[in-house]
This record gives sequence, structure tokens and C-alpha cells, in this order.
Amino acid sequence: MADVGRHPNITLHTMSEVVDIKGFVGNFNIRVLKKSRYVDESECTACGECAKVCPVVYPDEFNVGLSSRRAVYMPFPQAVPSSYAINMNECLGHGCSKCADACDKNCIHFHMSDEDFQVNVGSIIVATGLEPYDPREMDEYGYTRYENVMTSLEFERMVNAGGPTEGNLICPKGRKTPRSVGFIQCVGSRSRQKGGEYCSNTCCMNTIKSTLVLKEHYPDMEIKVFYIDIRAFGKGFEDLFNRSRKLGVQYVRGLPGSIEELEDGSVRVAVENTGTGRIEYHDLNMMVLALGMKPSSGTQRLQEMMGLQLTSDGFYLEAHPKLQPVDAATRGIFYAGCAEGPKDIKESVTQGSAAAVRAIRLMHRGVITTEPITSEVIAEHCVSCGKCATVCPYNAIAVDTKKKIPAVVNTAACAGCGTCAAECKFGAIVMNHYTDEQINSQTDIMLAENAADKILTFACNWCSYAGADYAGVSRLQYPANVRLIRTMCSGRVDEEFVWHAFEKGAPVVLVSGCHIGDCHYIDANHWTEKRINKMHKKMEKMGIRPERLQLEWISAAEGIRFAGVMKDMDQLRQNVTEAEIVETVKILGERKKKK
Amino acid sequence: MGSSGMAAVGAGVDKSRIGVYVCRCGLNIAQTVDCAKVAQNAAGIADVVVSKEITYACSEPGQMEILEDIKENGLDRIVVASCSPRLHEPTFRQMMKKAGLNPYLMEMANLREQCSWVHMKEPDAATKKAEDLVKMAVARVGLLWPLTEEIVPLTKKTMVIGGGIAGIQAALDLADTGYEVILVEKTPSIGGVMAQLDKTFPTMDCSI
Repeated sequence: MADVGRHPNITLHTMSEVVDIKGFVGNFNIRVLKKSRYVDESECTACGECAKVCPVVYPDEFNVGLSSRRAVYMPFPQAVPSSYAINMNECLGHGCSKCADACDKNCIHFHMSDEDFQVNVGSIIVATGLEPYDPREMDEYGYTRYENVMTSLEFERMVNAGGPTEGNLICPKGRKTPRSVGFIQCVGSRSRQKGGEYCSNTCCMNTIKSTLVLKEHYPDMEIKVFYIDIRAFGKGFEDLFNRSRKLGVQYVRGLPGSIEELEDGSVRVAVENTGTGRIEYHDLNMMVLALGMKPSSGTQRLQEMMGLQLTSDGFYLEAHPKLQPVDAATRGIFYAGCAEGPKDIKESVTQGSAAAVRAIRLMHRGVITTEPITSEVIAEHCVSCGKCATVCPYNAIAVDTKKKIPAVVNTAACAGCGTCAAECKFGAIVMNHYTDEQINSQTDIMLAENAADKILTFACNWCSYAGADYAGVSRLQYPANVRLIRTMCSGRVDEEFVWHAFEKGAPVVLVSGCHIGDCHYIDANHWTEKRINKMHKKMEKMGIRPERLQLEWISAAEGIRFAGVMKDMDQLRQNVTEAEIVETVKILGERKKKK
Repeated sequence: MGSSGMAAVGAGVDKSRIGVYVCRCGLNIAQTVDCAKVAQNAAGIADVVVSKEITYACSEPGQMEILEDIKENGLDRIVVASCSPRLHEPTFRQMMKKAGLNPYLMEMANLREQCSWVHMKEPDAATKKAEDLVKMAVARVGLLWPLTEEIVPLTKKTMVIGGGIAGIQAALDLADTGYEVILVEKTPSIGGVMAQLDKTFPTMDCSI
């Protein structure tokens, strides 16, 4: 930790948050909001004189509320940067200024203001970590109702020599060293009702570690662990588990159904021991809840800012679960640690190193090759209406609507979603690698034989096509008459592609993309949605059943949903009669003639 | 390999010479899809000069076989019917470059994730679908244009968002290698949840 503070190549911004991200791989522009510390961190010597005189007392976050701190405080003794900070929401302000008077170095400045600055970087590593599960949701365990029911994090602080009790374990109620301690596993993990359905990966070993720490300090303490499975899968883990059992820690297979408080503050747990099949009651002086992990609270906001994908559990989704475990689907962005899923320290460190190397691999040449899949304007066809510039999520198109100067695409800024090409009514924009002809040719071939049996699906590369891949990897079976046409974004799916498909005898058409808010191209899928809504109205007017055109949002993690949607599409297809298709072909043929 | 001496083919002025490779992916594709039949079917499509099945298209011998065919038969566009392009599109684009062809004149048909693995109990329907997907890819590949990648400058800096153990490790590794790092942390100190832990497994030492 201290190395980070000292390193000449690292600029550390604490109390800072990313508020906006623009640009693309190699050249990201990031806006950071740095909250004011009100203490000059380069001058502060962490002498602590300020905190001694501060009259405001608040619970200490680092010790999860088990001790107190002042409004001017140091988060913990080894904090980096080694500097005090003032929480201005708590501080009494100018009227008080006792701390400023006490500071010999004059490094407290009440007039300091928040900084809002921008940095340019070539790559980003997302290491936003985790948040412990809040066990108040599981009322049956009585956390906060019963004082001697604690979380694993509170327990950690208490047994820490630098913690509020200097390493002595004390029951909050009764203030005595407990003679017996219980641990409940999977609090907030592996449950369909409360918390996450996933395994939090670290709680088994963390509890085993805690039992060893307790046995070292209190050899005669009675310790019981209530669990579903003990997952001691890592190197050296089984040894620790065996050591814990040899020291007399009892492992009871079964999660308690309820906890009640006894008169002396102890708790009585009722548990069905699945080893013996009996209901058992255990009285324990203290109960520790082994908390699971949740994604950190800012995850979703950051994900939307960067156009990344999340798994159904809310953690970041990697580009490939085995082969690209630290890469985001967006080039130049990498994941490390619990941001990607619950993991222990060793795994977090491994991923941190892996992400660093992936970033170096990208940057070491000093230049980057950009994908040539961008749009181009055919100046002769352009009427300078400005529609393309309006829909472009990247402001990559310049057009002067007053002077009627044709649109120009800045290819370095263009990310290649193709929304402009789909929205241009004059055929003045060509989307490289996904031209009208290239896409319609696939439709033509697909529908050349037995068109009525087929389900034409347009799928965006990042979410829906990936969702279909995920269905494949998961071996989820769905009707074999589905045919996918890949576009980079659902925003590329031109109205004409759909009319063309119906004219060629398609019974149904599905347009699928990323969920709103998750679009890989910021908000290009908004235009997809608008377009499809408009088309539904047109279909009604033309006498084509609007249901035959469907729009679905399917994420990269939603393999099950993809398979489900395909089954629904097949149901829909079976309702479309041969006569209906013939009629539609006729209607659209006439529409074409009119044009 | 280098350039095989033929002129780079433009936007379909000349007739294309397409090679189609139906990957068995060991048995991943072949156990459901009749790969030989798919390859045979594709051989009959206009402009397809070579069409064959291949055990692992992505493997070194697989790629060598394609490269040799390109040279011998003057192929200028390639269809690889194998797994998801999200997995191996970069692999085969690289192979195209090796052959002296434009990497964007290659198209993939996804026979594994979107055919053999999802229609395991319907081999006939899966084979039929595979034939369709290959035909679609052939139609598309014939219409593709050569594209050139642009080389743009890059900022040799990394932002690490989050100063827990993972962020710290990433920042240090980058900084030690000589890269500039901007580490952004929400709270007043780095260390994250790890710093709150007492002893840590499996070494049973302190976390800070």
C-alpha cells in the first residue's frame, strides 16, 4: 500500500470518482470529481493534534461502527495517503476551527473546493471491488435486534490487534469474553430468496481462518460452524480446514432456521442437522454471520458510462469466461478483483497482475490500429438534413444544415454502430462491412427456400449475438429454424432490411439488441426502439400484423432468455398463415413499385 | 507465406474465388452436424472453388491447410464455418494477413454455438441450418470490401478505478513496468475491504 503512495509513476486521487468517460481504446477522456479533503495531504504529517481537539464524534467506518472518530480523522493508522481528512457534512465549520488552530503546519483549509478535472488515458482497469451483504434483510438471524449477533467484518475488526478492542473478543452485550462462538455460513450467498444465488467464494475459508485465530487465543473456546458445504478448494485450503477440525471446532451441516436471544445476551439457534436429520438447539455466547459479497454500489453507474455488460448477479461480464477472463468486451477496458465476481486476495492479486499485462500488451507499441468498420458519407446523395448527426452517439458526424454542406464522418471518433446509415432516408451513408447489400444478401439466401419455416433474427454483436453464444455454451436447446444475421448494433437494422425480409416471405422478424441503458454504443438502441415503434404503426396501416415484427433486449449473459425468446418466436411463426405471407409480399411489392 | 502473387481483389469486379472450410471442431460440431454434407453442398455454390471439412480450423495444421489452398488455388475470399466469430474472428483475420489477403474478406458461419450445441437432438435440422448459414456466409463474403485499418496514436497511461488489493496490484505492476498510472479511489485511503481484515488465509498473516 505504501509503495503506491511513493511510486513516481502513480498519481493517486483519493476521495475521487469517475463521472464521465468519452473516447475509445487508446484515447479515453475521463472526467474525475475529486472531493475536497480540507487538509493539505502533501503537508499533513498525521500528527493527530487536530483530531484531539475536534468536538464532533461520529462512528468510525473502518471499524464498522465499533469505535468512534472525529469529524477530522485518519481512516486507519496505515492509510495511504497518510493524511487526515475532514468530513464537511459533519464539521461545525468556521465557527469552530479548533482543528485549524491546533495544526502547527497550517495544513487545514476550510476554503478548499472540490476539483473537477479530465485525464486522457489509453486503457482502463476496473477494480471497483465489492460490498458486504447487508444481513438485516435476513431477519431470522436477528442482526441488530440481538447485540451478540455480529457480522464477519465486525468480528474481523474486533480480533484485530489494531481494532477497537485491541484484539480482544468481547460480547457487545455483557462485555465478557465469550466462551462459545458460532458462525453461520452463506449469509447472503447461495439463496434464491435473499441475497445472491451465487457462492461468494471466500466466506468458508474466512470462517476457517477465524476459527484458527480464536483457537490460538482461546484454546478452550467452544466453536461451532453452521454450513451447507465447506468449499476449501484452493491450494493449502484443505489443510487449514483439517487443522481447524483437529483443534476441536465443530462443523454442523445445516443452516439455522431461527435465532432467539437468551436472558444473558447469548443466543439459541435452532438448526436441522442434515448429518443426523434431527432438529438441534445450540446455545452460544456470540454468533458471527459470514457475509457474502455484493457488487460495489457504483457498479451500474460505471457500467452505463462505459457501455459494459453485467452478469445477472450484477458483477461485470468478461469477454470470455475462460480465454479472456480479465478483458471487457470493449477494447481497452479490463477487470481486476471482485468487480468481476467474488474472489479472495490471491485471486484478486492474480487478476490485478493479469489486467496490468493485458493493458501493457495493448499499449506497448505506442500506437493502436482502429477497426475500419466505420460509416462513410456519399456526398452526392447527402441533402444535409442533419439526421445522421442527431442520431450519432459519438458526435462523430459534422453537417452544416444551414449552408447545406454535406455530412462528414470523423472516422477516428466513429465507433461503427451504423445507426446513421439506418436512419438516413437518402441512402447517403454506407456502413462499412455491414452495407445494405451485404446484409440483404444474407436475408435473400436464407429465405430462398422454405421461407415460411424460418425465423429471421437480427442480433447485435455485443449483447444478443453474445447471448446466443452463451445459450450455445450452456447447451440450451431451441428451435432449429432460427437464423441469425449479425450487426454490430441493433441501431444498424434499417427499416428497409425488415421490409425486404417480409417481402421475401419471412413469416416473422426479430430485432434484438442490448437492454436500454446497456447499449455498447452509448444509446444507439434508443433509435432502434423508436424505429420499431414507428414500423409497428406503419404495419398496422399497411394491413400487416405488427406482432410479426418483434423487438427484444437480450444481454450477453441471458442465454436462457435467448432460448426462451426463440421458442416464443416459433410459436408466433406458427400462427402466421401461408395466405398472410402471400398478402404481405403483395402489399410490400406494391409499396416498392410506388417508390 | 507472403503474397502469392495475385492481384488484390476489389469490390467484386472480377469473379471471386471463394474457399469454404467446414470445421468439425473435433466432435463439437461433427457429432451433430454432417460436416461432409455441408461442405459438399457449399461446393456447388457459384464462385466457390474449394470446399472441404477440416478437423480444427483454428489449429496450426488447420490454418496451414487453408493457407496452402489459398496459394494453390488462388483463393481470394474465405468462409470459415466453425465457432462464434466472437471467439476466432481475430485468429482467421490474422491468417488472411499471413496469406497476403485483406483480413476483411473473411466471413465466419457459427456452426458450434449457434448450431451443433443448440440443436443436439435434431441432427438433420442442424445440418440443414448449417447449410443455410454457410450459404449466407458465402453470399456475404462475395460482397465484402477490402478494408484497411488505421493506425492512430495512443496515450500510454492507464486509469485504475478502485484502490483495493486488485487495483493496487494492477497499478504497481503497470508503474513498475514504466507506465504512468492514475489511481482513482472513492474513499480517503486505498486498501479497500482487504485492509479491514485481520489475518488472511492461507498464510495467516496480516493484510496490510
